[in-house]
Amino acid sequence: MPLQTLTYLVVGATFALYIAIALWSRAGSTREFYVAGAGIHPIANGMATAADWMSAASFISMAGMIAFMGYGGSVFLMGWTGGFVILAMLLAPYLRKYGKFTVPEFIGDRFYSKGARAVAVLCLIICSVTYVIGQMKGIGVAFSRFLEVDYSTGLLVGMCIVFFYAVLGGMKGITYTQIAQYCVLIFAYTIPAIFISLNLTNNPIPQLGLGSTLAGSDTLLLDKLDQIVTDLGFREYTTDVRLSTLNMFAFTLSLMLGTAGLPHVIIRFFTVPRVRDARSSAGWALLFIAILYTTAPAVAGMARLNFMQTIEPVPGEPMAYEQRPQWFKNWEVTGLLGFEDHNEDGLVQYGADPATNEMVTIDNDIMVLANPEIAGLPNWVIALVAAGGLAAALSTAAGLLLAIASAISHDILKGMIAPAISEKQELLASRLAMAAAIAGAGYLGFNPPGFAAGTVALAFGLAASSIFPALMMGIFSTRVTREGAIAGMLAGISVTLCYVFQHQGVMFVSSTSFLGDMPANWFFGIEPNAFGVVGAVVNFTVAFAVSRITAPPPAQVRDLVESIRVPTGAPAAGTH
Amino acid sequence: MAQLSPERAHQYWRRNLWLMAKLLVVWFVVSFGCGILLVDELNQFRIGGYKLGFWFAQQGSIYTFVVIVFYYTRKMAALDREFGIEED
Repeated sequence: MPLQTLTYLVVGATFALYIAIALWSRAGSTREFYVAGAGIHPIANGMATAADWMSAASFISMAGMIAFMGYGGSVFLMGWTGGFVILAMLLAPYLRKYGKFTVPEFIGDRFYSKGARAVAVLCLIICSVTYVIGQMKGIGVAFSRFLEVDYSTGLLVGMCIVFFYAVLGGMKGITYTQIAQYCVLIFAYTIPAIFISLNLTNNPIPQLGLGSTLAGSDTLLLDKLDQIVTDLGFREYTTDVRLSTLNMFAFTLSLMLGTAGLPHVIIRFFTVPRVRDARSSAGWALLFIAILYTTAPAVAGMARLNFMQTIEPVPGEPMAYEQRPQWFKNWEVTGLLGFEDHNEDGLVQYGADPATNEMVTIDNDIMVLANPEIAGLPNWVIALVAAGGLAAALSTAAGLLLAIASAISHDILKGMIAPAISEKQELLASRLAMAAAIAGAGYLGFNPPGFAAGTVALAFGLAASSIFPALMMGIFSTRVTREGAIAGMLAGISVTLCYVFQHQGVMFVSSTSFLGDMPANWFFGIEPNAFGVVGAVVNFTVAFAVSRITAPPPAQVRDLVESIRVPTGAPAAGTH
Repeated sequence: MAQLSPERAHQYWRRNLWLMAKLLVVWFVVSFGCGILLVDELNQFRIGGYKLGFWFAQQGSIYTFVVIVFYYTRKMAALDREFGIEED
């Protein structure tokens, strides 16, 4: 069957599944809409959290980034998994015990102030909107590359699917679809990896294959890779540090704190019945995520090796451009691969030196998207990758949209503007907020702001510097005051935003950057994407300093903190 | 459901904090320690075909994270039982 038909069939089948789930799991109450009735089994929630968490960036971009960064790409692997350790021990159980619907609601109650709640809503919306733009773009791109429909049609189809299950089912519909999406995406990610590992090393387990010898030789795969890249003038794959050890440290920690502080992940833990389910659910989520995250470095290393060996099959003898394989031609059309024959010898010279390198464009994303073609895998595997990429983008987009919609209908409307509205009215409002959020995200997807590429990493820095410290202080300190928390959140998020803007331009318009995006101007050589941890330190410092000079929190706040630290007597989520 | 006296609740929290502190040390050592700060030293050794430091950064730290969270879940379940505050 031709690839195009097969791709339509596989993607169509997964979409039919998502719609069927949406019809079956409609939400009948606000409790079902916001937290799926708090009745999700911890393993099921773990799976849903894994899909919620793993976005188009994890599925499509991460292995490609590692392939070209080598050891330096480890910041993403450790950062995006290590955050779950913090979440599982330091945040999730206590927030589940608190037992209400949204993250700003906790911040508002703990810091006894609508102002704190409003600032939390603001931080939540900034983080989630920057994140959702990347997902909308991912949906449009996946459609246009695999199904050859244009970007806007693809985006529109994706929006309709999300609209259907998110507006009808709220958290309940999203949860069950995310479980299905996890199965699709993990299958789509591991199957090509297994094939490629078998081809290269005869070992079906990619995690072991990366540490094995190449099939039919005594050379270790990683040694061979190190040798090939250094021969071409690149830095050694297994030791290539990203900028500096301090920068890697800060980047990893920023991603971890951001992971723990992203509201769309935290609210997933409100959907389980008990406090101890919140703990175990985080473990299951991390396990399901680890399956992809330990496969990714194998995909990265093997794809880089395959790619280099295609372009230069024998050292010193590059491939002739006229003899390039079909996948090379396919991806040249998309603009993700670009060749310019500088010396006009008809050969593809590839190397680290920009003066002689003729592979002028190699987009990171190509490593996962074109991997099955590079390795010569059957068409159904390629079709599966398309469905997997869409599942990853749709599941994360839906989770983010729910976080935004519930902040609007529950925190702003019910919490501040019209506390008297009935449950039915709030449910209607939450559906309208969801529809508005999808329309808004779609608008940003159709007119992606210039900064779309940098947004996912920025979302982590913002969450790490604003929401994460506020939640930590809310749980672990009884002394931090309303004034302290508000000042801390505002200081943290401002410092991070300013640092990013001063180096990369206001709203990423590079001409407005007033300090220039160059390492010499960076604070201790820390790149803007890694700055969240500094913002977090500022947040903690300001909050504690302000708390020392303001009146201590009232007694009922201390009671609240004491009560969330012990699991029993947990009020069911949503019983106000 | 059992309600803890303030002293018992305080004790329970102290035990939880102590467990978290120990596990955070492990969390820090496998990722920031073995994967970043000590990576060059560890790369002199091998685990299978991997350089050891590189393995910690791209594989070992993630496996350890999973173990940490499940270990914490089990220990806390035992602590809940000991204090008689198991949820049903």
